[in-house]
Amino acid sequence: MLPLKDKDKPLVQKLLAAGCCARCVLRFCCVGLHAAYRQPCQDSLKELQAFVSDAENGKSEQAAAPEPAEGNSTSHDAAGPNSTEENSTSQDAAGAEASEDPPSKRMKLEQSVSEAQADGASRVCVCCLGILQQLSEHTQAVKIAEAVKAENYEFDSLVLSVSLPAQLCVREHSCWLHVKKEVREKCMTLDKDDVIQVKEAFKWIMQSLIAKELRGVSVVTKSVFEVGVEFTHPETDADCHFLATACPDCFKPTKNKLSVFTRMAVVKALEKIPADKFLKHYPCPPPRPAGSCSFQDVQCLHVAVFVAGRYNKFCRSLPQTPWVIDGERRMESSVEELIAAPILSAFRADGFNFSSSGREDVDVRTLGNGRPFAMELLNPHRSRLSRAEMKQLQEAINKSSDKIRVRDLQIVTREATGRMKEGEEEKTKSYTALVWTQKPVQKDDIAFLDEIKELSIDQKTPLRVLHRRALAVRQRLVHSMSTRLLDPHHFYLSLKTQAGTYIKEFVHGDFGRTKPNLCELLKTDTDILELDVESVDVDWPPAIPE
Amino acid sequence: MDGTEQRETAQAAPSVIDRYYTRWYRADMKGKPCEDHCVLQHSNRICVITLAETHPILQSGRTVKSINYQISNGCSRLNNKVSGKSKRGGQFLTDFAPLCRITCTDETEYTIYSCIRGRLLEVNEDILKRPALLLEKPSTEGYIAVILPKFEESKSITENLLSREEFEEVVSKRAAAQTQPS
Repeated sequence: MLPLKDKDKPLVQKLLAAGCCARCVLRFCCVGLHAAYRQPCQDSLKELQAFVSDAENGKSEQAAAPEPAEGNSTSHDAAGPNSTEENSTSQDAAGAEASEDPPSKRMKLEQSVSEAQADGASRVCVCCLGILQQLSEHTQAVKIAEAVKAENYEFDSLVLSVSLPAQLCVREHSCWLHVKKEVREKCMTLDKDDVIQVKEAFKWIMQSLIAKELRGVSVVTKSVFEVGVEFTHPETDADCHFLATACPDCFKPTKNKLSVFTRMAVVKALEKIPADKFLKHYPCPPPRPAGSCSFQDVQCLHVAVFVAGRYNKFCRSLPQTPWVIDGERRMESSVEELIAAPILSAFRADGFNFSSSGREDVDVRTLGNGRPFAMELLNPHRSRLSRAEMKQLQEAINKSSDKIRVRDLQIVTREATGRMKEGEEEKTKSYTALVWTQKPVQKDDIAFLDEIKELSIDQKTPLRVLHRRALAVRQRLVHSMSTRLLDPHHFYLSLKTQAGTYIKEFVHGDFGRTKPNLCELLKTDTDILELDVESVDVDWPPAIPE
Repeated sequence: MDGTEQRETAQAAPSVIDRYYTRWYRADMKGKPCEDHCVLQHSNRICVITLAETHPILQSGRTVKSINYQISNGCSRLNNKVSGKSKRGGQFLTDFAPLCRITCTDETEYTIYSCIRGRLLEVNEDILKRPALLLEKPSTEGYIAVILPKFEESKSITENLLSREEFEEVVSKRAAAQTQPS
């Protein structure tokens, strides 16, 4: 039984006559009972028709008086007997003609109702363009479920999202204007927002059907796995176009949009446009379409998974990220690619974003415990790997190349990755540099460096990175240094510094732009020949015991 | 670290400039003999303007008295400020834009020019305090200015400049001409 009241009768009559499907009628009656939409469209239609004809019989005896008045007040009455199936464009005129003819009112209604009865089931709804008719049938649910299965995702719940053609809003608005008065008569407080949205009704019908097809999977309102279905209706795309001239400010062209007639823009324009202006440009109720919407395709999207760990880099000719100059690739590989390849295939993800706690130059090695990194895996088809599987994955990465090594590989939350970057500047980093001196030096000449603590240096943005960083003077601390003489022109300098200190520039001075620098301290030209990062003191991600 | 291999002579290893910069020159700037300028272009397109070793200021016996970045009444290179990653607000320079005037103790004055088109990022203020830097380290700490060429012009700006080989040729011809009795 449909939860309808007497006050719904004029509404039902008018909508059926206008060419709305049974479910759209329920929507405009603001029926919020999901089960009402789930019953077959045919059955609902029959019930509605029975409901309306009861009204006819009831009214013909006692309440004929209010009817003509209502007919006159609304210029666009129920589609008259003159309106044939093909004659959709002249419907407006036909309606107007009919309303000038009050005596035939009853017959007209009966006829229109029977007409709806005859072909209502096969005709495409003027409002939802078939979305709530054949496009929300069981076969459609099977189609969607098959498409999801084919993608081979691992999931146990999904959220259904629906993309409808923007012109559906125009048709919805037209129908609303058509029955606004009747809706208000049913209940003064009801407004356009109380009409059940096509999207909602579609979901109420389809969710349980799809869930049944994908055994054991719950279709919910919030899930990390989203199944998007898209419908288009090219035949009526032009429905929206009059809005562009009526409300030009709502339709500003943007770079990445194919059409200015986005759903958002159309909704905004419909909120702005006065009813009389709308009615001048668009028929009310909406004209009959020749065909129903077409189902585009199913788009599956799994929320990103984050994987974190620490990496070592043992090679002086390996950049951290792909190095491209003028569209041409320099160096054949990179740290992120070496790490990403096995991870991408394990999670069957479409792509990734790599980030790390700082970065090293192509010719710098990262030793010790390594550098924390995190990877956002886009649209992973698998998202849950056990500890053992993560360990296997780590081993696979480490076997794949001897240029890098990964440890502490684990799945983390998006929020946790923020800890890698927070306080990046306060952390300390340890380095070892191979330094060349122009003048020959002895052990005693450089020993004083070991005594220097908390040396404050001013670094102008190094020329090396000035093309991509703002020009500024940054104060950094060199916490401590220690030296190991190799030969009269070379020594190893180990440094513990505040993160963000540019070591190369501290050694060679960068045209005197880092002050003080090692040249000044040693009173001879110095240069840096090799550099290793010994440790990055960030305590995230948590260590995983081997 | 694995520094087992010993690095022998002090000169063998390429310097910072050798490793990361390309040297370009403009000889006899504005037709003035020997007023050679050097442009060090980093692989990231940033350019450092310096005096070439052959510039009269650097020849024996000269000392710098003062350096003036006020190139006209209305314009001082010291007022140059850039902000943000995109270096907004920097003065835009063309090839022959003067950067500064250098006066030697013998009262000779030389103008140093930009040599290339680009946005002025900074001038070297250290040489104001220590003019001797210009003589001691003309191609590093005694640099004049840093200029960022437009991205699309980063290749073409050096077309009018001499490569190191071409410049050395100019210099050796000059030397030959001087020794020849006229």
